[in-house]
Amino acid sequence: MTPEELHKIAETELEAKQQTQHTLCVCMAAGCVSTHSDKVKESLAQQIEKHGLKETCKVKGVGCMGLCMAGPLVAVEQTGALYQMVAPQDAEEIVKNLGKQPVKRLVCDTTQPFFTRQKKIVLENSGVVDSERIEEYIAAKGYEGLLEALTSMNQAEVVEQVSKSGLRGRGGAGFPTGLKWGTVAKARGERKFVICNGDEGDPGAFMDRSVLESDPHRVLEGMAIGGYAVGASQGYIYVRAEYPLAVKRLKDAIKQAERLGLLGHNIFGTTFSFNIEVRLGAGAFVCGEETALIASVEGKRGQPRPRPPFPAERGLWDCPTLINNVETFANIPPIIRNGGEWFAGIGTEKGKGTKVFALAGAVKNTGLIEVPMGISLREIIFEIGGGIPDGKKFKAVQTGGPSGGCIPEQFLDMQVDYDSLAKVGSIMGSGGMIVMDETSCMVDVAKFFMEFCMTESCGKCVPCRVGTKQMHELLSKITDGTATDENLAMLEELCDVVKNTSLCGLGMTAPNPVVSTLRYFRDEYMAHIHDHRCPAGVCKIGKEQLATV
Amino acid sequence: MVMNLTKPAMPSDDKRWKIVNATMRRHGHSQHSLIEALHTVQEIFGYLDETALKFVAKSLRVPLSKVYGVATFYNFFTLKPQGEHTCVVCMGTACYIKGAPQILEAIEHIAKIKPGETTPDRKLSVISARCFGSCGLAPAVVFDGEVAAKVTPAAATEKIRRWMNS
Amino acid sequence: MNPSAQKTLSVKTLQINGKDVSAREDQTILDVARENGVFIPTLCNLDGLTPVGACRLCLVEVKGSRRLLPACITQVQDNMEVSTNTETLVKYRKMILELLFAERNHVCSVCVSNGHCELQAMAQKLGVDHIRYPYLYPKLAVDASHDRFAVDHNRCILCQRCVRVCDEIEGAHTWDVQGRGTASLVITDLNQPWGTSESCTSCGKCVQVCPTGTLFEKGRASGEMTKREFLPYLTLMREERV
Repeated sequence: MTPEELHKIAETELEAKQQTQHTLCVCMAAGCVSTHSDKVKESLAQQIEKHGLKETCKVKGVGCMGLCMAGPLVAVEQTGALYQMVAPQDAEEIVKNLGKQPVKRLVCDTTQPFFTRQKKIVLENSGVVDSERIEEYIAAKGYEGLLEALTSMNQAEVVEQVSKSGLRGRGGAGFPTGLKWGTVAKARGERKFVICNGDEGDPGAFMDRSVLESDPHRVLEGMAIGGYAVGASQGYIYVRAEYPLAVKRLKDAIKQAERLGLLGHNIFGTTFSFNIEVRLGAGAFVCGEETALIASVEGKRGQPRPRPPFPAERGLWDCPTLINNVETFANIPPIIRNGGEWFAGIGTEKGKGTKVFALAGAVKNTGLIEVPMGISLREIIFEIGGGIPDGKKFKAVQTGGPSGGCIPEQFLDMQVDYDSLAKVGSIMGSGGMIVMDETSCMVDVAKFFMEFCMTESCGKCVPCRVGTKQMHELLSKITDGTATDENLAMLEELCDVVKNTSLCGLGMTAPNPVVSTLRYFRDEYMAHIHDHRCPAGVCKIGKEQLATV
Repeated sequence: MVMNLTKPAMPSDDKRWKIVNATMRRHGHSQHSLIEALHTVQEIFGYLDETALKFVAKSLRVPLSKVYGVATFYNFFTLKPQGEHTCVVCMGTACYIKGAPQILEAIEHIAKIKPGETTPDRKLSVISARCFGSCGLAPAVVFDGEVAAKVTPAAATEKIRRWMNS
Repeated sequence: MNPSAQKTLSVKTLQINGKDVSAREDQTILDVARENGVFIPTLCNLDGLTPVGACRLCLVEVKGSRRLLPACITQVQDNMEVSTNTETLVKYRKMILELLFAERNHVCSVCVSNGHCELQAMAQKLGVDHIRYPYLYPKLAVDASHDRFAVDHNRCILCQRCVRVCDEIEGAHTWDVQGRGTASLVITDLNQPWGTSESCTSCGKCVQVCPTGTLFEKGRASGEMTKREFLPYLTLMREERV
């Protein structure tokens, strides 16, 4: 592959595009597929054939368009019209109306804040390009960042641009990406590795799944640029086995990139070679922790080890290893294409760029969104999310999954970035955002997360293994209405010891949901303990409990 | 010292072992391909039995206890054969607050088994899972590999009843 | 230790509990503390085996570090200021021991290792005289299928010493851990009765390194199981031959 060949592919693709009058884009990400968008796509193709429009009209599968709750979604590329909840039998009407007024009863309003308030960098191609065709990605400036890095920048310059961008790790902790890249680049080692963490284990998060299904090449390109910057020639991408579609698209994407010479030996005729292999996760939340993930890639039990030494120094097979999450790598190609300063101009002083959130729970518009850092929670939930359905009242928003916390109403106007979320006792996390209304019991929610941490604890260190179990027992007592004030004191004491003495991030953050709900919803705990009453009516206490026995 | 450790023979004439071998060969029979090999076994046989674990252990020269440790560490692997149909109820956060516990309860009630179990007639396995990323369509249930969105307890039990009576 | 390699190691100076001490750069905080007569409690750690930092008893405070660090694994650095015995550390260590006692069925009076048990000794040393957490009472089995040894999971604290000694010293890797979280159990081969294990050489190293009465020699009555310290010798002999 030469630079000219890359540009040629893009031109050919754009020409073909211009010759098409109408392109119907059907969402083929897992959300819409589960509501049978594949059948919609099939029947749209049949209708085009039937009406003799094969020469001028095309149907293509694209990635996630965001508004999962309204799927299956179909967009008309040329006009921007968007159809929602499309059934296979709607296909004929849609096809017949191409070039005319869109079918009114199916139209999804794209002027609503859900669409207009977003800012897309990571998701710029999601819902636009056919994720199964590398040519479309190339036509959308794909692999130009890699080309630029390899042909006109040295390694230090790449690291410098990433540093300048102010990008912080999107996996949760928010470590400055440029600093990490610089450390791995400087680390001494004959062999180095790049690992992409796609083990999206947070329940309630599906950003990485969507990115991998919708725009896999973007992640591969980001990894290759990372490999060049740190001096690695082998990359691994660790994906959950629970995401079969993402795994398939990734594997196909790797083959396509290898075929075109965008991965493999001497990329763009330079001395840089880079290969990527997929490694399947197997259902262990702890493997999101980087040292546990490395153990898993090595084929072992996914148990973390104490850091330091950090993977940047001693990672996979004890070699210096760069580990970033899917969304972090997905930000890299546009940063290299447009420069670090461009990226740093988006967001706030402390949080640069955008963040992808998976919006779910008690909110009207559930789905995937990308917003600039610094946007307020209120804007996300009430404008983009459309507020709480069924006339219910907002109670809390949970961010960061089992490692995060529940944020109450008084902080809705707070800017969303790493530091302000930490200040109120939660974390940015990987981007899961679950809205809860008055029908959720916060003690029950805390118990839910503790049960999660307890069953996901790897069992290596004592405080996490036994401490989470004891905390779960205590929370169960509270939700049963049989707990005492002493039990609550013991729970708080356990939160402290588990947080401060556990070996890895799972244990250190496991108390967060309890701590944050105790901080903001202590009255609910008290109602369970003193009045034997669940204010939200979720927990079966006293008489109710007796009745169900 | 020269040890003659030849590759173990395939456990049976079953052609599917060749696929397992192919996966291990692709990774140069290195020890770190253990999880990939177990994935292949589970994909084609549905579960990991003792024969398979021993075969993989010998082929990759990984101690038996280590193979067993890995196979039981990860939730995705199962050492027991699954039923003819599987129903996976998502218990991720979004599904949980949107009523997944009620769905599971309803299914447990009519199938008379708990998550992780298979009915005595091997018709049905019920599994509870940790989020498969369909949170926008909560609550979600996977029936035989197909994700169903916004499932109600009634819809789930209807499907299960049909399977059990088939 | 290779003598030529030793030359290149530089010397670090640091403070432990306010006292200036010096150390080789490859030493851990635990090594240096012990050299200087400073006690740091450990359970999973055993000289001669790779440290894993699992029991969390050896956590120490290091000035400038937000987190507590495991002394068994953390290497010394110049000008480190280490505190090994602060009020917080003492409190956490007692709680960790309490959690361990509540996890399984530790009944000292009927245990073969009564009086020779590291967990028991540690509790006495750290002043743990009662357990506030509810006992979890898991139902765990005893496997006495081996000719000479037996394993009683009720007394296991999952320190993984048996797993490590079998892998690193004996080279058999008969032991490993199955499951995870509180469902973790040490196993032999494919989770089969120990007596049927094909890889076990019956060397007994695992029994000797077990800190509690989990692994023991058959025929021992309550309090009769004592352990030999053979690892320092083995390690020394192997080093000399390099």
